[in-house]
Amino acid sequence: MAPVNDEYARQEAELDDLYREVILDHYRNPRHRGSLESPTVSHEGYNPLCGDQVTVSLRMDGGVIRDIAFSGQGCSISQSSASMMTEAVAGKTEAEAEALFRDFTAMMQGTEEEAPESLGDLEALMGVRKFPVRVKCATLAWHTLEEALQSLREGGG
Amino acid sequence: MSEAGPAATKGRGLDVARIRADFPILSREIYGHPLVYFDSAATSQKPRQVIDALVNYYERHNANIHRAVHRLGEEATAAYEDARMRVAQFINAPSPECIVFTRNTTESINLVAYTWGRANVDAGDEILLTPLEHHSNIIPWQRLVAEKGARLRYFGLTTDQQLALDNLDELLNERTRLLTITQVSNAIGTINPVAELIERAHAQGTPVLVDGAQSAPHMPVDVQALDCDFFAFSAHKMLGPTGVGVLYARRELLEEMEPFLGGGEMIKRVTLEDATWNDVPAKFEAGTPNIADVVAFRAALDYLEGLGMENVRAHEEEITEYALRRLRQLEELTIYGPPDASQRGGVVSFNFGDVHAHDVGTILDRHGVAIRAGHHCAQPLMGALGVPGTVRASFYVYNTQEEVDVMVEALREVHTFFGDGAR
Repeated sequence: MAPVNDEYARQEAELDDLYREVILDHYRNPRHRGSLESPTVSHEGYNPLCGDQVTVSLRMDGGVIRDIAFSGQGCSISQSSASMMTEAVAGKTEAEAEALFRDFTAMMQGTEEEAPESLGDLEALMGVRKFPVRVKCATLAWHTLEEALQSLREGGG
Repeated sequence: MSEAGPAATKGRGLDVARIRADFPILSREIYGHPLVYFDSAATSQKPRQVIDALVNYYERHNANIHRAVHRLGEEATAAYEDARMRVAQFINAPSPECIVFTRNTTESINLVAYTWGRANVDAGDEILLTPLEHHSNIIPWQRLVAEKGARLRYFGLTTDQQLALDNLDELLNERTRLLTITQVSNAIGTINPVAELIERAHAQGTPVLVDGAQSAPHMPVDVQALDCDFFAFSAHKMLGPTGVGVLYARRELLEEMEPFLGGGEMIKRVTLEDATWNDVPAKFEAGTPNIADVVAFRAALDYLEGLGMENVRAHEEEITEYALRRLRQLEELTIYGPPDASQRGGVVSFNFGDVHAHDVGTILDRHGVAIRAGHHCAQPLMGALGVPGTVRASFYVYNTQEEVDVMVEALREVHTFFGDGAR
């Protein structure tokens, strides 16, 4: 029966890894949740498979994200990831935010044991990789941010 | 019982231990736990008899049907048409000509919308449906009314998600060209009073389509007793293979309807300019159909008939009642749908506090419990419930009360991460 017990323990450990305390904290106490009064750009991301929805609003100032807010609904992973993202990119330049987007999505799709240092607390979301159907929950807000920045570059907002 | 017949039944109930032995997949372990498969409303598992029928067809009888003069072609044609006969018997259709094979319930409903709907729905007409419908019984009608300048009308719901019938006279009126309604809600299990509604609709000449995707697998269905005009369902939700759907329609409707798809098999004579249509039901089965899966579907119907559909329904009602009782003991849960198991199919839909259904689903999955989490292709209903989704456990002939206990225990672990579920 030992292998089965090991398997139980492994599953518990993976669940612990998915629902790390820092993730649950952002879920319970989301940062920058709400809307901005006069955003430079506002973009909605939607995952039709699970119904997760996130709106990201940015107020830009000379290429810097001066203020950011998110709203939406979805599972703990999608909402906490959005919250963690707002903390990570607030005050960053557009180029820095783009770099974080690339590092984050690479981490979520990759197999490396270590997250790049640039990601800081976002490393907590690495445990989601063990739950492949949930990876898109963690990346939804980031793709929405990327699309918002893209629309700015294309002259929107 | 046929030679590949299912487990014998003991009295009214099912011999679930014997049934389970017929389903190879149920011996799988998931993350070190025995599989608890509570997602049969999405698709059922398949017994050995159905898998064997599929293999046997390909190993011994495979040929195209209705065109070959050789022996295998004869055998394949006979097996395919036997299956049609079996389907007709299963739902007590008056003749096999009333049975059209499609890919799934969705295609069956689309067939009606494109052919009957286009010819019979005009500007100003109304189509009446319910907020309990699956998207497959909403979207085809949305597209039709947009094309025709007609409009959709919806029933309201009571607080326990049954149809509100107080304004039926207003909803079902002289402009109503079709009532299209699910017999059992896939998302929350509500059983609709379709027989009464069909009688009311027919009293003023409105035909009725019944979405039977969640009823035909789980309870006795008699389309003549119901007196419905169309009845749609899928093989894969009733122990059969994926890729086979059924449309039953009253014969005179099929006769007057235009074909859906054009091609081989559905024609009588073709010239360079035009063609005449084959007789029903071939008129609606253009191209080589899903022969092997239709043949294997017959084995699924034999299996279900061997169990007895009344026994199937009694078993599911029992397990649903038990699940409702156990789940009500968890005070964090909100359970949707009618309170009484006799008013619902083998489906229990719920939420754990404000915890998102996907989070609950992931935790249950790691305990080997497969449930559906999300909107169940019923977003309008989720909107009416005011939730983005629910956790749905759905039961079938192979499920046990002990498995319900496993799910209830696993639900306690949601506490570990989310407390009482309050945000």
